[in-house]
Formats: sequence, structure tokens, C-alpha cells
Amino acid sequence: MADTLLKQPAPEKLTPKDFKSDQEVRWCPGCGDHGVLNSVQKAMALMGKPKENFAVISGIGCSSRFPYYMDTYGFHSIHGRAAAIASGAKSANPDLEILQVSGDGDALAIGGNHFIHAVRRNIDMTILLFNNEIYGLTKGQYSPTSKHGMVTKTSPFGTIEQPFHPAELALGAQSKFYARSIDTNIKLTSEILLDATKHRGTSIVEVLQNCVIYNDGAHSLITDKNTKEEYQLVLRHGERMIFGKEKNKGLVMGGNGKLVVVTIGEHGITEQDILIHDAHTPDPHMHWLLSNMTAPEYPVALGVIRDVAALSYEEKMVQQIKDVQEQSSIKCMDDLLNSGDTWEV
Amino acid sequence: MSQKTKVIEKEEVVIRFSGDSGDGMQLTGTQFSDTSALFGNDVATFPDYPAEIRAPQGTVGGVSGFQLHFGHTEVNTPGDYADVLVAMNPAALKANLKWVKASGTIIVNEDSFTERNLEKAGYDSDPLQDDKLADYNLIKARVTSLTKECLKDSGLDQKSILRSKNMFTLGMVYWMFDRPLAHTEEFIGSKFKKHPLVVEANKKVLRAGYNFAKTIEALAYNYSVAPAKIKKGTYRNITGNKATAWGLIAAAEKAGLPLFCGSYPITPATEILQELAARKDLGVKTFQAEDEIAGICTAIGASFAGNFAVTTTSGPGLALKTEAAGLAVMTELPLVIVNVQRGGPSTGLPTKTEQSDLMQAIHGRSGECPMPVIAASTPSNCFEYAYRASKIALEHMTPVILLTDGFLANGAEPWRIPKMADLSPITVPLAKEGDDYMPYARDEEKLARKWAVPGTKGLEHRIGGLEKMDVTGTVSYVPENHQVMTDIRSERVRRVANFIPDLPVKGDDNADVLVVGWGGTYGHLTTAVRELQADDKSIALAHFNYILPLPKNTEEVLKRYKKVVVCELNDGQFAEYLRSNFQDIKFEQYNKLQGLPFTVKELKEKFNQLLEEK
Repeated sequence: MADTLLKQPAPEKLTPKDFKSDQEVRWCPGCGDHGVLNSVQKAMALMGKPKENFAVISGIGCSSRFPYYMDTYGFHSIHGRAAAIASGAKSANPDLEILQVSGDGDALAIGGNHFIHAVRRNIDMTILLFNNEIYGLTKGQYSPTSKHGMVTKTSPFGTIEQPFHPAELALGAQSKFYARSIDTNIKLTSEILLDATKHRGTSIVEVLQNCVIYNDGAHSLITDKNTKEEYQLVLRHGERMIFGKEKNKGLVMGGNGKLVVVTIGEHGITEQDILIHDAHTPDPHMHWLLSNMTAPEYPVALGVIRDVAALSYEEKMVQQIKDVQEQSSIKCMDDLLNSGDTWEV
Repeated sequence: MSQKTKVIEKEEVVIRFSGDSGDGMQLTGTQFSDTSALFGNDVATFPDYPAEIRAPQGTVGGVSGFQLHFGHTEVNTPGDYADVLVAMNPAALKANLKWVKASGTIIVNEDSFTERNLEKAGYDSDPLQDDKLADYNLIKARVTSLTKECLKDSGLDQKSILRSKNMFTLGMVYWMFDRPLAHTEEFIGSKFKKHPLVVEANKKVLRAGYNFAKTIEALAYNYSVAPAKIKKGTYRNITGNKATAWGLIAAAEKAGLPLFCGSYPITPATEILQELAARKDLGVKTFQAEDEIAGICTAIGASFAGNFAVTTTSGPGLALKTEAAGLAVMTELPLVIVNVQRGGPSTGLPTKTEQSDLMQAIHGRSGECPMPVIAASTPSNCFEYAYRASKIALEHMTPVILLTDGFLANGAEPWRIPKMADLSPITVPLAKEGDDYMPYARDEEKLARKWAVPGTKGLEHRIGGLEKMDVTGTVSYVPENHQVMTDIRSERVRRVANFIPDLPVKGDDNADVLVVGWGGTYGHLTTAVRELQADDKSIALAHFNYILPLPKNTEEVLKRYKKVVVCELNDGQFAEYLRSNFQDIKFEQYNKLQGLPFTVKELKEKFNQLLEEK
């Protein structure tokens, strides 16, 4: 029933404003979430889909307030469970365009299990992962992505835990789409979101987001005006991995299987020596190297790091149901009730 | 069909098949009960098996049993004590002898009574040799060697040959009860259709067992149980778990919605998920989640997205689903949560039955968080109550807990097949394009909000776990609003009472004792009360299927009786619940926590004692 409701002609042209709800945005002034909200509204307007087909589904945390600020269908659920709820919604109603919003605590701590299994199943949705390396809503405790040694309210002498690298976790769960952006870069974020939506399957978009109150400057090397161009590498499929203010730095493969930062024009390096980004290769090796680069040794990889085509969970589910229905002689409940061994009294 | 020396006509017979958990006793029992049902008997069955798939061979802990009760009168329980015990090894005899009626028949596989097996079963001496079984009609059969002899030229390997020995005992019992072999022969043919040698071998052994029983002197007589006088119609055998799955599918079809089940496997509820997974032909979507929490959360997501969603589990799983169940209450989305109760707490007794999740179902959530609770009471009426739970969930826009238990789930009985056209309609309060939609506006009768399915133009809205403003559904921290919404959530569940039938009573209004039960104890309580009534005892039975809310006439019924005894397989949870609802009524209790159903015998003893006390 619901499936047929969705088959409608192309919608009228929408603007970012059409996606703004009437609710007052309550994030702290200066919070990175404001930028992401703008990016999402901008991207959705460009997706060419009717507004009623969008569902924004979140867990708990600052970023999980997101659905209230979107004039789409929305579900602000419980801590950690958004990926599971979104998985059910998409399986139930495959025509929906689902944006699942989570923070690093929501998706990788309490919801870690649902996160990896959604990715493994390849359910067609976009997971927008706000990574500020801190718990904001509960006022400043360390998160699973907080850097080792970080002093927070629950680690007053520094954390003794190793942080997750979200991309590494996702690749371990056989992720087919992984992209990364920065909260302040609205153009890049919305561009990535458009690619993520086109991808069939689970698309993870990690946004390096700044918590102005509890972890200000967590990503400063790659966001500060003076340093950012030296520490950002925006990847684009088919283009060379070149970065730097002068566009003269790049990546080459070292003899030991590790990436090496080189300068074009030094030691005989030319532009032709710089690696070309292949987001579509199924082999995750290079994507793993790229997504795990950290500053200051390396630039941080942004853009679409991995985008590999595969069938989504619900495509396979719908096909399997169709195949079985064609084969089976049981067409309705009365058929089932009277199937097999029955007898008359 | 054969020459009989002596035929004993019986009203009803109980047979218990038992052996190692790999001996195929569940299949043997199922075959016998299906054949008896086809023959026209009323049948009730109960499998009793260990949690381990292959528990240590030959030990008492590894014994798997299947009890069935058939008769030409109405049969409501699998029977307390067996007329016939089939014991494939010493451990099976040891574990089950206490369940055999005095002077009952015991068939043993004599080959298995070796020194080593006797020792494993904990016997100091061979019970077949001493006089311990002198009071029984003992039939010794060399089942293993006769099966080997029968199949020596079959071309099968030794392992496959030994595996078919259960067919030998089945053949023997078929002859004893004058049953045709056709149904089982057909079954063998279709089950092993890819292995013609195995089909031939099993059929041959089945006939060999039948002929053996006919030939040997030991079976000097056989039994005959005439077909039961039951209501006209088309019948089939069904287990509680299958009936539950089918009730859910029927409700989805009636409501015109796709069925979605998000679940995680757990004993003894797993067969519901399996049955639903097999029903892709009816468009059922099953999602085997990564854990219990994801089971209910995917279901809630599916419900949000417009499917009829269910999740199935057992006690410990329900505990894990608790937080999300609260979300379903808060968001007022339809959802059926099936809890097939087992022995608890913790991992407890996974394969055994109990009714100890009642309080968890009623109260086990954070905050003031009411939802309707319904219980099925026979294997086949799991269909009816799954359907009714679904109807309430969909029409009242609420999660509903359906309680069954291990006894109902695995038990089977003949079931008069309903017609879909005869089931009551299910009207879903869907919001439509163009509606002036407010997410938490309600209808006056049920206080149900409308369901605006994503994809419907113009009805975009947000729901979630935070408290909602009345009518508009926006987030609200207004103190008075929380009071209003709490009251509404409670009143919504209370009003379900306007849509359920009155509590029926079996027996006189002025009986001396009223027996009260709920859920899966129905068969045993009914049998005990009926037998006492037949002896002119002044006793009546009120059995509950609707737990929360209670039927509207509950207080009036309970107040009619001087003595009320609440019988349940827990420490008194329903009694406690009734006390909290009806403070001026005195409730006596009869409780049992052994992982086993009541026996009719112990119930009658208790009731007689209460009747005498007056």
C-alpha cells in the first residue's frame, strides 16, 4: 500500500527553504551542526525528489536533534538505535530516501552494533556521522573517537582508551561508500551528500564537526585558515591526489606499502608521479590508507574516498519476494490455511 | 486390517516416545499424532527436549521426549501420565518411568540395554532383568538388530541404517493402535525424495516394525480409539508457534498492509520467525536483526514507514527490548511484541515452559508506560489471539504484548481452519493526502492518533521519544502537558476494554470454588474442573486471555464466589495483579515452578482440598 503511494511524477522545484521546519534551532551559537544543517537542506533541494519521500532518522545526542529542524518526515528515536530504526523503515518502504543522523557516541559506542550491521547489510541510506570526538549533550565526557590521553570530565587524568577510526570500522564492515567532510564546508558537504544519495547502499558521510563548548578546536589543523590547505586533501575520482596552498604537494606510493607526501618539483617529482584517486575499485586497500591518514604527518582525506557499486539489501529483499511469489502456489492466506495435510470432519 | 486376538476399546490414550536427542523421537511423535488426527481423533501433543542439540548420548540429561494424547472425546492436554512409553535406551526409561501409568505398556529397545548404557543412565542393575518393571506390560524388542537385519541388503551405510530405527518403533505402535501407514509412507516419500534408497529403507523398516508387532506373542492385545465427535469442518494440525505466525499474517492481509517482522532467534520463539521467513509468497518481510534491540527497533522503523510490524522473542529478549517498547508507546505506533515465555530468570530453562514474564509484560518499562497485554491459551488459539493483538495494535495505534509460552509454542492440536472472510475486519486509522493533519490529534472513541505514512504528500511531521505536546506533537517540557499526555496514554489502554469480550465462566454462578487461570494453563485447568464437575463438585473456571486491560465484567465475576484460587506457573504474579486491582477480594494461590505444565491430577487434588475446607 505504502509502496504505491510513492510512485508519483517529478516534483516541483524545491529550495533549501522548503526543507526548513518551523522549529527554532537550539544548537549552541557557533556549533558546527548549523553548517551541516544548511548543507543538508541545500543538497536535498538539489536531489530532485519530492519532499514527502525524505525521512530523517536520528538517535540521541546534540546532532540527533536534526529531524526537528527539517520539514520532512522525521523520527528522533533512542540512543544508538537510529541505524536499526532506519534499516526497518527502508526495508518496509524502499522508496523512501533516508538520512540517518548520528554522533560519534550514538553511532560508535551505544549504537556500534547497529552501525556495523547496517553497513554490512548495505541498506540504502545515508548515515551522516557527526564526529566531534566528545559527548556534548551530557556535557563533556570522552567518546569512542576521543584522542588517546584526552582530558574530559570522565577522564580527568586523560583517557587510556584507543579511539576508533570510523572509516576503519566501516571498511571492516565492508562499507561500499565512505566520504568525509568538514562542518564549515557547506559546498563540499552538500556535493558529497548528492553522491551519497546516488549510491545504492549504505553511504557513510563522516563530518568532522567542532563542539565549541566541550572540544573546541578538535579539528583545528584542518580547519584553521592558516593551516587548512596544507592539511586537507579533497579527493575526487579520477583526479590526482594533489593538495597544499600552492597545489604542489601530492601522494605517491612508497616502497614499504605506505603513502608518502611529496612536493612536485622537488627530487625530480612531476605531476605525472602523483597517484590518481579511484573511488570505484572494490579493493579497499588504498581506501583504507587514504581514510586513515592523520595530520600532521599526512593531510586528512576529504571527499568521496570509496564509492563501490553493489546491490542494496532491500533491492535483494524485494527481488527475493518477487521470485518466490512467482514460484509459489500460495497466493493468499486462505491458500496457506488449506495447504498441506488437512482433513474433513 | 489385521487379525486381532483381543481389542481393547479406549476413550483416550497417552503415548510418550523417548530416546536420545538424535533418535528422531520428535519426528516419530509428530507422525503418530498427524496420523491419529487424520484418523479423526482429537489430539494434543507436547515435545519435551533438552536445550542441547546433541546432548551427551545415553545420559538422562540428553533424553528427548514427545508426548501425545488422543481420544474420541475432547482432548485439552497432552495428558499427565502415559499409557504407552517407548524407550529407545536405558536413559529414556530412567527419565520417563515416573510418567507411566501403573500397569502401562513399556516398549524398550533391548539392544541398547548394554552395560555401558546402563551405567551412563545411572542404573546399578539391568531393569529388564530384575523385577522393577514387573507391574508393567513390558515389551522387549531388539529394535537395532532387527533394523540392521532388515536393511542389510539396502545398500545404505551403517549410520543411515541405524538412523531409521525410529521407524521400526513407529511401525510397532501403529499396529498397536490400528493405524494406517499411508500418511507416514507419503511423508517419507516426500521428505527424502532426493534419496530413493533412504525412502525405500524407511518404508521397509516401518513395515517391519508393524509386522513384528503383529507377529510377536508379547502383544497379546491391541487398543482401539474411535474417532472423536468434533465439529464439522476442514481440520489441520498446528503448533502454537505456527498458529501465532499465521495469525499475524492473516491480520496483515486483513488490514491490507505488508507484514514486517524484525527478530532475533531465541528459544522457544524462533519458529515464529522461521515460519514468517518461509512466507515470502505472501509478501512477508523478515529481518533477522543483529540483536533483540535491533529486532524491535527495525520493527518500530517499519511501523513508522507504514508496514504492520511485529517482533518475536522470549523473556530475556523482552527485557532487552524494554527501552524501545517505551519508544513505541511514546510514538503511539502499532506494533505486536510476541513473548513466548520460558523458564527464567536469566537464561533459566530455555526449552521449558513457565508464565513468569507477566509482571515484566505489564510493568517492565521505564516511566508510566502502559500497553495492552493479551495471552493465548491453546496451541491453535495462538492464531486467534495473535490476530486480536494485531487488530488492537492497528486500530488503537499502540504496541501490544502477546504472551504465549513454551508449552503452547511447541504443543500441537487439530484445528478447524477458519475462513479469512469470517475474521473480523481491521480498520487502520491512516491519514490521507489533503487531511488537516496533527500528529497527536485523536479520535474520540479510542483516543487513537492517525498514522501518516512517510511518502504521503503534505503530511510531513516529526515523532520521537521526547514528550510530545498534546495534539501538535511538537517537543514539550510544559509540566501540565506531561500530566495530560500521561493520562491519555493510560486512558487509551483502559479504553481497549470497550472492544474486548466479557470474561466467560465455565460452571455455576454459585459454585463453592472459582478457579482462575490465564494463558497456557487452560487445557489442564479445564480438564481438572470438568472432571470434578462430572463428579458433581461445586466448582467453576474463569480463564483469562485479556490481561491488560481486564474484561469489564472481571470484578463482578470474581465477587460472585466465596473462594477464588488463582493457578499459574509462576510465584503468583497474576494473583498479585488481581489483588492490586480488586483489594477487597481474597485470592488463594496455586503455583508451580518446575518448567513443566500442571498435571490434571495435582490440580484436582488441590481443588478437592479447597472444596473440603469450606
